[in-house]
Amino acid sequence: MKNRSSTFYLLLIPVLLWLVVLIVTPHLDMMFRSFRLETDEGNMIFSMNNYLTFFKDKIYWLTFVKTALYSIFVTFLAFVVTFPVAFYLTKVIGKKYSGFMTLLLLIPIWIGELVTVYGWMILLRDNGVINNFLMKIGVINSPIEMLFTNFSMTIGLLYMSMLFMIVPMMSALDSLDDSLIEAASDLGASKWTIFRQIIIPYTTPGIVSGGIIVFMLVIGDYVAPNILGGKSSLWFTEQIYNKFLSSFNWNEGAAFGFLLLLLSSTIVWIALKLTGQKLERVGS
Amino acid sequence: MIRTLPRSPLYRTGYLIYIILFYIFLVMPLITICVLAFNDSNFIALPWKGFSLDWFFANTNDRLGLFKDPDLLLSVWTSLKTGFLVAFFSTIVGTIAALLFEQENFRLKGLLYFLALAPLVIPGVVLGISILLSATNSGIYLEETFGISFEFLGPSFWLVVIGQFSFCSTFVMLLVGARLKKFDPVLEEAGLSLRATRLEVIWLITIPFLRPAIIGAFVVAFLISFSNFNTTIFLVGSDPTLPVDLYSRIKFSSTPVLNAVSFMIVSFITLSAMVNFVISRNKE
Amino acid sequence: MSYVLEIKNVTKKFGDFKAVDSVSFNVEDGGFFSILGGSGCGKTTLLRMISGFEEVTKGELLIRGESMEGIPPEKRPVNIVFQSLALFPMMNVEKNVAFGLQRQRLPKNEVNTRVAEMLERVDLTGFEKQKVTELSGGQRQRVAIARSLVLQPSILLLDEPLGALDRKLREHMKVELKVLQKEIGTTFIYITHDQSEALVMSDRVAVMNEGRFEQIDTPKNLYRNPETSFVAGFVGESNEFDVADYVDGVLTTKHGCKLNKPGLDFQPRKLFMRPEAFILNPTEDLDDIELINMRVKNILFDGSNTKISATIKQSQDEVLISLPQNAQFEDLQEGDDIQAGIHRDDLKCYRN
Repeated sequence: MKNRSSTFYLLLIPVLLWLVVLIVTPHLDMMFRSFRLETDEGNMIFSMNNYLTFFKDKIYWLTFVKTALYSIFVTFLAFVVTFPVAFYLTKVIGKKYSGFMTLLLLIPIWIGELVTVYGWMILLRDNGVINNFLMKIGVINSPIEMLFTNFSMTIGLLYMSMLFMIVPMMSALDSLDDSLIEAASDLGASKWTIFRQIIIPYTTPGIVSGGIIVFMLVIGDYVAPNILGGKSSLWFTEQIYNKFLSSFNWNEGAAFGFLLLLLSSTIVWIALKLTGQKLERVGS
Repeated sequence: MIRTLPRSPLYRTGYLIYIILFYIFLVMPLITICVLAFNDSNFIALPWKGFSLDWFFANTNDRLGLFKDPDLLLSVWTSLKTGFLVAFFSTIVGTIAALLFEQENFRLKGLLYFLALAPLVIPGVVLGISILLSATNSGIYLEETFGISFEFLGPSFWLVVIGQFSFCSTFVMLLVGARLKKFDPVLEEAGLSLRATRLEVIWLITIPFLRPAIIGAFVVAFLISFSNFNTTIFLVGSDPTLPVDLYSRIKFSSTPVLNAVSFMIVSFITLSAMVNFVISRNKE
Repeated sequence: MSYVLEIKNVTKKFGDFKAVDSVSFNVEDGGFFSILGGSGCGKTTLLRMISGFEEVTKGELLIRGESMEGIPPEKRPVNIVFQSLALFPMMNVEKNVAFGLQRQRLPKNEVNTRVAEMLERVDLTGFEKQKVTELSGGQRQRVAIARSLVLQPSILLLDEPLGALDRKLREHMKVELKVLQKEIGTTFIYITHDQSEALVMSDRVAVMNEGRFEQIDTPKNLYRNPETSFVAGFVGESNEFDVADYVDGVLTTKHGCKLNKPGLDFQPRKLFMRPEAFILNPTEDLDDIELINMRVKNILFDGSNTKISATIKQSQDEVLISLPQNAQFEDLQEGDDIQAGIHRDDLKCYRN
């Protein structure tokens, strides 16, 4: 249409305000801020200093790399753990039960991370439920140290993120026609072949969108590493948190935030390119 | 492999056991907190010392129950208010965005849509700090140039609302947009052909069609807001939301009142999920 | 007679593709005008330009003498009955019909009376509060028509609204629509790919192909005297032959069948013969009849529409021939030799 109706602007303006004021400007602000340095006289100058701090101090970039690798690992773990469940709920059991069992999967999502992480804290403590149970049945004599380790952190990250992967995978599996699997089986394909050549290719969009959501939740998480992790399981978000809320070095914090944004976008971008998917599909 | 194909007993049992283990993993932390909420003990974990409602109603020297703790009740109230406001505003803007991106064509649409999806791939922590930086920057600017100070441009209740709104709108847009994709555009042309203006068409035909999705999106936005921590922690002022309050209690002063709060959240979510499930099943 | 719609050299381009290619025609007030064509011929685009949902690339479009340039759909005195009907599922019958009137901010009692009148006219009184999703196909059809007609448009556009109905109901609705149009007197412009719908209902039919009009005529003329080979092939059934040669008034088909067709002032390339134009085993004394010897190849029994396919002995060309309604040729068998006659006027020849 040549002449835009007034309705178009009525729709455009609020959206434009939202995106410009709350998405674009803040991140540009953060970027500028990350290049600023306060001199001894209190003047602001342009400087790469905030980034130099990051590269000079081993603890920062080691944590950065570790966070990235760990997030990829947890994402992979989430896929391995939840795919069989998604498959079971959509293809193995009948509709009658799957509705209720799917509902159970959604409940922890809505309860929220803080409560579930807290639950794991109680479970994994030295005098927690699991240690008590193991000692009672006589498997161990003294409590195993589980809380404040990489193990407990991984459990927490996995628990709070994995369910976000099941939902997109289930909708992808749901639209996979059973007769495709039957046909493959009829043509003599083994389970493994069917899985590799039919099910996985068909559900790739669901796996990718689920994987990206999980990855973003994990890499940007603060609660699980902070509450369940130990001294050795420092997360990059914790360093951002410290810059902002403990040492009040906002310029450095902005640089760190920008690095995290760069890191997560790069990994997501690579994942999308490798699988030939588009960001638009992640949303759906 | 699927329900219509024969499966070996070993495969079947093995699969079933895995599913059962998965669901145990899923509910274990939730059940644990719920049970321990009624433990007659001053410590958050085992041993079990008998049933008590102290952590809900007591008001003694060493035990302050959930319903007697003004700070806790205040943070619940803050979270409810925040959740409602965030859900209200993001439902409006998210729905408008869905209408804009699904039904209009304009230059830069691709770019704007990408920006609207960006919160999916921006870590919550980064979103929090960038909005904090931007808000304080504009606060300082406004104060220096015009001499007026706005409280909401520093960490405060309203900054939390703004910050959560910035990404909740994306989720609303996606949920409403998914339903809008199923909307037959011919209905809209029919409306126009019957002399309705574009705005009347949206109000009288499109919105009623979208109503279930809009209500759903409102609830989702509320729940996301209610349980958000990663973004909120940077924006929160003197009145903490429930997750922020819970976090600081878990970190610094855990008492079993945390179990009681968690119990309330778990049972509320579970109950509403069940009610919703039964209603939607009866509708079919 | 005044024209309610005048289309002057209208062209619609999508990129480089011409969906509608300089079409001109006029529609008289109160008529039933059909546009007949296959999918992708541009008829829907044409309809959407009349309704205002597509802009005209070039040319002029006038309704009651007024140019429609730049006038949005909601301001045009035109209403559409959509292919999918597009009834509003969230409203009942009454609200669907009242929708357009309410948009004009008419007083409530006027809206109510006009809706009631309209519903009575389409025989839906008593269904006011029904959900549109609970109606039968025919009822839904009538709601869609009522919803548009209640606005008293100058033109009602109908975009293959019978397409979704089953065969029986479609036959019935054809008659009903024609009667309704005569009663109300509103101009109907009807888009369809179904020639029977177009022929049965219309006063005039335009046959459209590749963005252009091939012929605008009454249904009878269209059938009897197609002006182009496309119309001859598209409207009704026909046996089509490539013509290889035309010398001294004698046609020779590609495969060598020779027929007398004197008096053509051009070099024909195509020959069409309708199945029902053949007379089986004609008596000798008819004039201007071409006689062809054939052998029956197949009997295609279809009740009143029974045909045979036969092979022309001279050329091995295959033709379809309708059998007369009486049982005269009931005993015909595969392999029988027959003679078929056809009047020279029924040999329709075209340049391309």
